[in-house]
Amino acid sequence: MAFTISVNQKAYTVDVDGDTPLLWVLRDVLGMTGTKFGCGVALCGACTVHIDGAPTRSCVTVIDNIGKSEITTIEAIGATAPGAKIQKAWLDREVVQCGYCQSGQIMSASALLARNPHPTDADIDSAMSGNICRCGTYLRIREAIMQAAQS
Amino acid sequence: MILDRIASTATESPPSASTHNISRRGFLHAGAAAGGGLMLSLRLPFARGEADAADADSFAPNAFVRIDRDGRVVLTMPYVEMGQGTYTSIPMLIAEELEVELAQVRLEHAPPNERLYANPLLGVQATGNSNAIRGAWQPMRQAGATARVMLVSAAAKRWNVDPTSCRAQNGEVLHAPTGRRIKYGELAADAASLPVPQGVALKQPKDFKLIGTPAKRLDTPPKVNGSAIYGIDARPPGVKFATLAQSPVFGGRVRSVDDTSAKAVKGVRQIVRLDDAVAVVADHMGAAKKGLAALKIEWDEGPHAKLNTADIAAELEKATLTSGAVAQNIGDVGSAMAGAASKVEATYQVPFLAHATMEPMNCTAHVRSDGCEVWVGSQAIARVQAAAAKAAGVPVEKVVAHNHLIGGGFGRRLEADYAARAVEIAKQVDGPVKVVWTREEDIQHDMYRPYWFDRLTAGLDAKGMPIAWTNRFAGSSVIARWLPPGFNNGFDPDSTEGAIDLAYDLPNLHVEYVRAEPPGIPTAFWRSVGPSHNVFVTESFMDELAAAAKKDPVAYRRALLDKSPRAKAVLDLAAEKSGWGQPQPAGSGRGVALQFVFASYMAHVAEVEVGKDGAVRVRRVVCAVDCGTVVNPDTVRAQIQSAIIFGITAALHGDITLQNGRVQQSNFHDYLMVRMNEAPAIEVYIVQNFEPPGGMGECGTSLIVPAVGNAIFAATGKRLRRMPVDSAALKQPT
Repeated sequence: MAFTISVNQKAYTVDVDGDTPLLWVLRDVLGMTGTKFGCGVALCGACTVHIDGAPTRSCVTVIDNIGKSEITTIEAIGATAPGAKIQKAWLDREVVQCGYCQSGQIMSASALLARNPHPTDADIDSAMSGNICRCGTYLRIREAIMQAAQS
Repeated sequence: MILDRIASTATESPPSASTHNISRRGFLHAGAAAGGGLMLSLRLPFARGEADAADADSFAPNAFVRIDRDGRVVLTMPYVEMGQGTYTSIPMLIAEELEVELAQVRLEHAPPNERLYANPLLGVQATGNSNAIRGAWQPMRQAGATARVMLVSAAAKRWNVDPTSCRAQNGEVLHAPTGRRIKYGELAADAASLPVPQGVALKQPKDFKLIGTPAKRLDTPPKVNGSAIYGIDARPPGVKFATLAQSPVFGGRVRSVDDTSAKAVKGVRQIVRLDDAVAVVADHMGAAKKGLAALKIEWDEGPHAKLNTADIAAELEKATLTSGAVAQNIGDVGSAMAGAASKVEATYQVPFLAHATMEPMNCTAHVRSDGCEVWVGSQAIARVQAAAAKAAGVPVEKVVAHNHLIGGGFGRRLEADYAARAVEIAKQVDGPVKVVWTREEDIQHDMYRPYWFDRLTAGLDAKGMPIAWTNRFAGSSVIARWLPPGFNNGFDPDSTEGAIDLAYDLPNLHVEYVRAEPPGIPTAFWRSVGPSHNVFVTESFMDELAAAAKKDPVAYRRALLDKSPRAKAVLDLAAEKSGWGQPQPAGSGRGVALQFVFASYMAHVAEVEVGKDGAVRVRRVVCAVDCGTVVNPDTVRAQIQSAIIFGITAALHGDITLQNGRVQQSNFHDYLMVRMNEAPAIEVYIVQNFEPPGGMGECGTSLIVPAVGNAIFAATGKRLRRMPVDSAALKQPT
């Protein structure tokens, strides 16, 4: 069945089953590979996108539930003020190692900053503990969020 | 270190390197590059000392530096970037001596070609063993310096002046008396025709401008905006998407498949049946997964259907009662043990561990009648090429292998099983197919860090100091499978690293290794390899000896380090910075551990809290490191932070278990990772010196495990001799 979704302020029509997770629509159908697959069951956060600004695990969000909501992915997060701040802080603090999980980390962090411009350590723990980084870049992620919050 | 020892013990004839017909001129060859630039070919040894062992009459370059006419410096080398920062630190070595800005150096993945890029003794093109900087340190600087001298000579010749009146700076040659200058790009073609100068002096450390400074990583910007392309992101035109189920018991086979429901799933194109796996090919991974879930597969589980972890542990325990290959013998342990005032005996065990790279295993393959093409992220691309060729049934020259960024390696991507799988599936598919493993497949069909069983005895003198030390351990030899020439007379230089050549002065020491391959579970290298097991055992046991002697664990170790001043210095530094000896709240404790592996010295002090329920929290880790010359201090810090978190994950959570031949863990709910809320504060203190650089990507992992175990002992008085931490054993009675 055909679904029309809005991704990064552009409309796309895709013909997939209604229970298809958004992740695969983005990556495989639309070719937007910045959003990553990590676990498939919302345990790692690698696939995080924003749906109407809320950080959402796209691997368990089915296309049928999206409706007219606006989807923002890593490819466009730099166009938002919190996203740009987070990306800059990520570069300044040299957060990244292998980088695979960082799309999801940046999406979670920019959503945090958008709703809470001055997060505490506890706020960061709460917003970021759903995102696994196997390279263990957590300390720098925390520093970078703090830096972005002050910029 | 591992590969040093392999290089020195390999007795097989090395593949001839003389086919290149390049005569040895030092270790550098210069000539014209295609397009009219200067091309230097050089040899990066994979370990120190290899250059001496190589055939002096032949020269097989494995790295290339090209200076183009537009002035760009392009480096092609066999190491891959997987987050460890090599793509920044190696260009720093070239830029330092060549006198160019770091930004002027561009780095390219080497294409798969064992002939060009492999170590001639080992026959492999691989990134691992924390040896990139160790191998590149001397030759890369020499290449930069030699190219600089050639460019200066070319400029002097053009101006008809004495080369000593010219100097190189910022990518150009300057004639100071007249103020004339020419850019490198304009000199590259001239330089290519000059003889290669011999023995060009390298900079003194005091003159370093880049080395030792915190350079920005060159590979980072595309990784923050979604544009970086990993293997899983490859999209050749017309690609289809597949996922698979492999026999849940290793060694099992497909008995029957009912694919009626799977074929009815919208977007499913094809079901591919292999001997021991079934794959669903679809228009997208969502349909492939849905199709896979709809398959009804019956398995013939094969010979390992009743295998449990406890059976493997029992076999390994038994193996430690038989004699093994002597890994190291110092003095006379028998006599010393007989004369000891007291003895301490212990057995230790470490579990199987999965790699759980964030990017699950995947490979895209396109098999055509005349060859095969694969897209992948690999630590050993030439192995992928060979595995693909074998699976496709074509000569290796007919396989084009494209390497990509790696979403975590940790040793998993030194293997090529996922590439062989993709090709087996692609053989039955028309056009390219991307085979992506689910997380469940990734964890249940990993190749695991081996299970180890260790048996130790120490004899102490009247003052409680060790005068005899024996250690016999049993487990799988990854080297014997992965690199057979490295396994000699039962001796495995990887499995034994961290158990021998200790920093401590132990007058009588005897260490034996018993190779025992568990059935029904494949094993592989895992971040910090041999030391991942040995350092836990050695440093926990050393802590036991200190406790038996009723001595402070730092002071006890220190008394054994008179012959290893660099080890003593890092121990002292970690103790000082951690506030060692200062009181801790009840339920908390500090643990220390010390190691010399991968040619680097490191000490950790870990602080833990143990709750009444037995839950362990690592609150703070202080690390002191002496890794010789530091090329990029920010990368050293990043790697230590990373390695510590990786090791804490293993210490607190890591445990792959088998029941009825099946791996019981399947995803991040039962194979837990340390997350943001569990990450400790980490402080890194770097000892400054100009010794040759040591490895850095793995040291922190092996060392944190005993530091945490020793801290738990300090907090609770309970000694944990099996990892991971068993919270139930630490629970206080209510």
